[in-house]
Amino acid sequence: MKKELTCIICPMGCRLEADCETTENGALAIRSVTGNTCPRGERYARAELSYPERTVTSTVVLQGGRYRRLPVITSAPIPKDRIFDVMEEIRAVSVCAPVKIHDIIIENVCGLGVNIIASRSL
Amino acid sequence: MNTCDLVIIGGGSAGMAAAIGAYKSGIRDILILERDAEPGGILLQCIHNGFGLHTFGEELTGPSYAERFTGQINELGIRCVTGALVLHLRADKTLDYISPQTGYRQVKARAVILAMGCRERPRGAIGIPGTRPAGIWTAGTAQRYLNLDGIMPGRRVFILGSGDIGLIMARRMTLEGAQVLGVAELMPYSNGLQRNIKQCLEDFDIPLFLSHTVTDIRGQERLREIVLSRVDENRRPIPGTERSFAVDTLLLSVGLVPENYLSEEAGIVLHPRTRGPLVDEALQTTVPGIFACGNVLHVHDLVDFVSAEGTQAGESAARYLTDGFADSRSILAAPADRTIGYVLPQTVHPDRLDKPVEFKFRVADAYRNVTLQVLKDGQVYKEIRKRVLLPAEMEKLTLKKDDLLDVKQELAFRIAAGHIDAS
Ligand SMILES: Cc1cc2nc3c(=O)[nH]c(=O)nc-3n(C[C@H](O)[C@H](O)[C@H](O)COP(=O)(O)OP(=O)(O)OC[C@H]3O[C@@H](n4cnc5c(N)ncnc54)[C@H](O)[C@@H]3O)c2cc1C
Ligand code: SF4
Repeated sequence: MKKELTCIICPMGCRLEADCETTENGALAIRSVTGNTCPRGERYARAELSYPERTVTSTVVLQGGRYRRLPVITSAPIPKDRIFDVMEEIRAVSVCAPVKIHDIIIENVCGLGVNIIASRSL
Repeated sequence: MNTCDLVIIGGGSAGMAAAIGAYKSGIRDILILERDAEPGGILLQCIHNGFGLHTFGEELTGPSYAERFTGQINELGIRCVTGALVLHLRADKTLDYISPQTGYRQVKARAVILAMGCRERPRGAIGIPGTRPAGIWTAGTAQRYLNLDGIMPGRRVFILGSGDIGLIMARRMTLEGAQVLGVAELMPYSNGLQRNIKQCLEDFDIPLFLSHTVTDIRGQERLREIVLSRVDENRRPIPGTERSFAVDTLLLSVGLVPENYLSEEAGIVLHPRTRGPLVDEALQTTVPGIFACGNVLHVHDLVDFVSAEGTQAGESAARYLTDGFADSRSILAAPADRTIGYVLPQTVHPDRLDKPVEFKFRVADAYRNVTLQVLKDGQVYKEIRKRVLLPAEMEKLTLKKDDLLDVKQELAFRIAAGHIDAS
């Protein structure tokens, strides 16, 4: 069977087609991926069909800075179904300026082995 | 009056890339004038990731991308005055600006680069009927309040317009706990990047209503309800298709317009379609020594293309300041028919090219499995098969000097339905 996907790794947004079949034990086996401009597209298609992950960006409360919010990002993608759990932890945090880009704001968020880091200096 | 070799108006990605491009080409007397409190432009409020894969080889958030640039500007010692609003620009390249640090100043530049970005079209520009309650925002303004100041525009949200800003805000508001009831798009296709439709709408089951528009706005003090209607192929609402949504917030993402009042004051000719200056292959406007790049020239979806254009404008301004441009004949580059929205640059000097010309264009409609044709003086010269072409995505085509030398008057672009055999 063929599955169509849009690669979300970069703004090119290549339209991918994965040729897959359901194996005897019910898992999805991907035979080939086409339509990708670069190898990251194939990796994305394989991951998306078995274990979808997303990078999450948001802000945390900032005291004593130029703005009242500091932008943050997950240091690596997290499972898609944990996005709202991660958001809840992010919302509970408040930091003080100065902050440097890539400073760790939350360590091991939700026990996922991923940090929440500052995405700018302020 | 102070003088300066190169003044750059606007310190967004276009302006900073232009400054670095000019510096690396040997210009040292450079001044960036930026009206905000810090350089960075629109990037500072775009906290999502997806920037810079081409320029920096990795995917950054808007603020991280801006920080790369400001770091380079500081390292090179390029002067940037912040809080500096440019009030006037004249054809003789004198500028007036005002800033808390310097007060009212005039400066005479030998070359100027326009990098003022664009602004959002407000509600008035699209004429939605109904009352005038609070709770109606342009998406970019809402983005700025939310991401820089932590002010949440509302709790039950509808978004009109499926451009990238609208899509990004649909996800952002959802993550912050708002309920986004839908995104409506007048056209039968979205104007946003495919990846944003996937990861901002589909991931959160937010419905996208294509060929729909908002036909009524209700509420006295605060927005209470909007009415959504389907539109026909002429984009007119179809009676009987109305349905209402109880919302307290409506975000408008209905287009961006290059910010060109300064260009107009200087007598620079604008293009009716891009709403930005007419430029040649060096990104020089119709006023010699004034160049343009980024969203002030034409609206871009990808910052990497903005930065590349900025770099090119900086290098061109350096060439203007050192060697100058020799007088030379020029040809036109334009759409051959209405399948193409615009082509940029609009003029080319084939004889003085020292590198290939990258033409940028947008199609006027969505096309699948078509042929892009390039015509020299009305004769088909080149044909390229294209699987998908969308107005939302800027296309590029590079032609070499040899491709252009024998064009007498006009190079034209169009979309043909099938493949036409060149024999
Ligand atoms: C909401 C949004 C989301 C985006 N998302 C992405 C994305 O995911 N990935 C991607 O690659 N690209 C994205 N883009 C596109 C890209 O980021 C922008 O097109 C690009 O950053 C624009 O750069 P610019 O320098 O042309 O304009 P701007 O960043 O707008 O900079 C213009 C600057 O000029 C200053 N200015 C204007 N007038 C004056 C004046 N009279 N005097 C002094 N200063 C002045 C302004 O203050 C501003 O700082 C997005 C754009 C927007 C708007
Ligand atoms: S396949 Fe490669 S080029 Fe295409 S969208 Fe994915 S990452 Fe980008």
